[in-house]
Amino acid sequence: MSFNDKLVTIQGLSVEFYTEEGIARVVQDVSFNIERGQCYALVGESGCGKSVTALSIMRLIPDPPGRVTAGTVYFNGRDIYKLSEKQMRRIRGKEVSMIFQEPMTSLNPVYTVGDQVVEAIMLHQKKSYDQAWVDAAEMLRKVGIADPEQRAGEYPHQMSGGMRQRVMIAMAMSCRPDLLIADEPTTALDVTTQAQILDLLDSVKDQTNTSILLITHDLGVVAERADKVAVMYASRIVEKADSDDLFAEPLHPYTRGLLDSLPKLSQRPKRLVTIPGMVPEPLSFPSGCKFHPRCPLGSDDERCKSCEPMLREINPGREVACWLVKGYESEQERKEYERKYGKNHERISAQR
Amino acid sequence: MKENTAKTTNGYLLSVDRLRTYFPVKRGLLRRTVGHIKAVDDISFAIEPGKTLGLVGESGCGKTTAARTIVRLVPATSGKISFEGVDVLAAKGQQLKGLRRDISIIFQDPYGSLNPRMTIGNIVGEAIKVHKGIRGSELIDRIDMLLEKVGLGGSYRNRYPHEFSGGQRQRIGVARALALDPKLVICDEPVSALDVSIQSQILNLLKDLQGEFGLTYLFIAHDLAVVEFFCDEVAVMYLGHIVEKACAEELYRNPLHPYTRTLMSAIPQVELKRRQQRIGLVGEVPSPSNVPAGCPFHPRCSLCDERCMQESPALNEVSKGDGHFVSCWKQDEFSD
Repeated sequence: MSFNDKLVTIQGLSVEFYTEEGIARVVQDVSFNIERGQCYALVGESGCGKSVTALSIMRLIPDPPGRVTAGTVYFNGRDIYKLSEKQMRRIRGKEVSMIFQEPMTSLNPVYTVGDQVVEAIMLHQKKSYDQAWVDAAEMLRKVGIADPEQRAGEYPHQMSGGMRQRVMIAMAMSCRPDLLIADEPTTALDVTTQAQILDLLDSVKDQTNTSILLITHDLGVVAERADKVAVMYASRIVEKADSDDLFAEPLHPYTRGLLDSLPKLSQRPKRLVTIPGMVPEPLSFPSGCKFHPRCPLGSDDERCKSCEPMLREINPGREVACWLVKGYESEQERKEYERKYGKNHERISAQR
Repeated sequence: MKENTAKTTNGYLLSVDRLRTYFPVKRGLLRRTVGHIKAVDDISFAIEPGKTLGLVGESGCGKTTAARTIVRLVPATSGKISFEGVDVLAAKGQQLKGLRRDISIIFQDPYGSLNPRMTIGNIVGEAIKVHKGIRGSELIDRIDMLLEKVGLGGSYRNRYPHEFSGGQRQRIGVARALALDPKLVICDEPVSALDVSIQSQILNLLKDLQGEFGLTYLFIAHDLAVVEFFCDEVAVMYLGHIVEKACAEELYRNPLHPYTRTLMSAIPQVELKRRQQRIGLVGEVPSPSNVPAGCPFHPRCSLCDERCMQESPALNEVSKGDGHFVSCWKQDEFSD
């Protein structure tokens, strides 16, 4: 039974891009599961690999230059990397659909929005054009567009950003997909519109039991909307937990840094807490833990510098990849480390 | 009532009085003006030296147009802007050149606002050459000093913008804005295009520079949490009007305009205990070419009644002398 609950199972996914300067490993060893009706969030800063992870679920990584070098993606019990391109086309838009950050550039400017929703419906369902129009108008009404019959005849440029995003959602939901991938769905929108769109996604999720993979950099949005969270940094998941647990007690120093650097309402500190330095480029990732040059805890630790930590479950439901988090390191590893580098390590652990 | 909000230049570095910026809408064969987009409609505010005023609002509310009018990039329709006693809108020749020296801008988009064909040194140094006539090694010294101040270092002088990340480019933008020792710096959404961990770095940098050079900021943003951290005083704009204005602490403790309250409740909160009931907002911002009669917010306001639909409320001080101004007929509903 438990297998049926899992809509998407990603195991050890790695994606590389071949560029003139070298091989960019943009996603490394990423694993997570999305259950039915769940909102799963991938959080991280630009360039951390979150969008590429999402595209690889749709098998949309351009090859060349990109390539999925390892890992499996199971969707509804099928390994999608074993399907033919024809079978894949039937899944895209029907079982998995996607909405993008920039609703203006992802809608076609020379077709009316109604036509674009109709196209999605007719591609996957055996319906007449007239019937598809009726369905499209109904879909537009469901996403909160007033007077849908008339507005379906309008072009994208006649609509505001929030309206366009609603059209995108209508299009994505028109075939009742099992999974909706929302790639920064509200980043280009104002806060009040953002709240409206997120409420809409929530109600769509509840009505149709669709799972949502929410990709965002906004921790506030994640805290309010997601059931589970994976934090990505420089191509890897560094922390994975239930949303409430993660925000109650972030374990990885990067997660903590992100949360601390947000200005919060009704607190007026003199300065903001910052994470020094900047996000590394995929072509020049540092050795060892990729966060160590910016880490407030471990920049002196020999192990952090030389050996990359993998994601480990240290408490039930809490997975983290950091040598310095309590309970991460096994007894054997600790002894081995002390033999190699002396007691120096203990000094750093004690700082926590 | 407006006299309260815009005093003379006494004690203020910049004062804006009843500023209007309209854009004509032209139609037909003869390009006749058929109407106006009222981007900025009768706004007044003033900034004391060394302080930061935040201008907040959603896209299309006129905050950027207000800033562009202040630096004379867009002609004003009516109103008065004075900067250190100089009438900005009437300035010409040397006087205008002086204003261009004293007021500078940091732009939102760190990718679009740097010329890709110029080196960082030229970008930062161009204004120094034009305005101060400094050349040669003295110029290079100044450029290095500026780059150092924003945390980049002089070795970057000969590189091109594409070699830098978003956060670094924004630092270059800051260095360019500071090149002529300005008195007023207009920051137009300086951090909204940056990643979270970089945002806080740039905000801290701007704060440090303010302390060091005694800068005055006009800070334009849509993120209320950022504005609260950064500003001394905040003005909330909606459809070209200022609907509420107060010192930051007061505004966040006691927001009175329904629009301000909505904006605040819409911010997604990380902390569980801070999450509040979201005030839903119906519909969308109306087009500035067709502003509703009466209070501009009335079609979306839950408290709206007859009077709101007909008469436009003025920006009034809540109680005398507390510096909290609100433009709402229903302001008493929320007073604590």
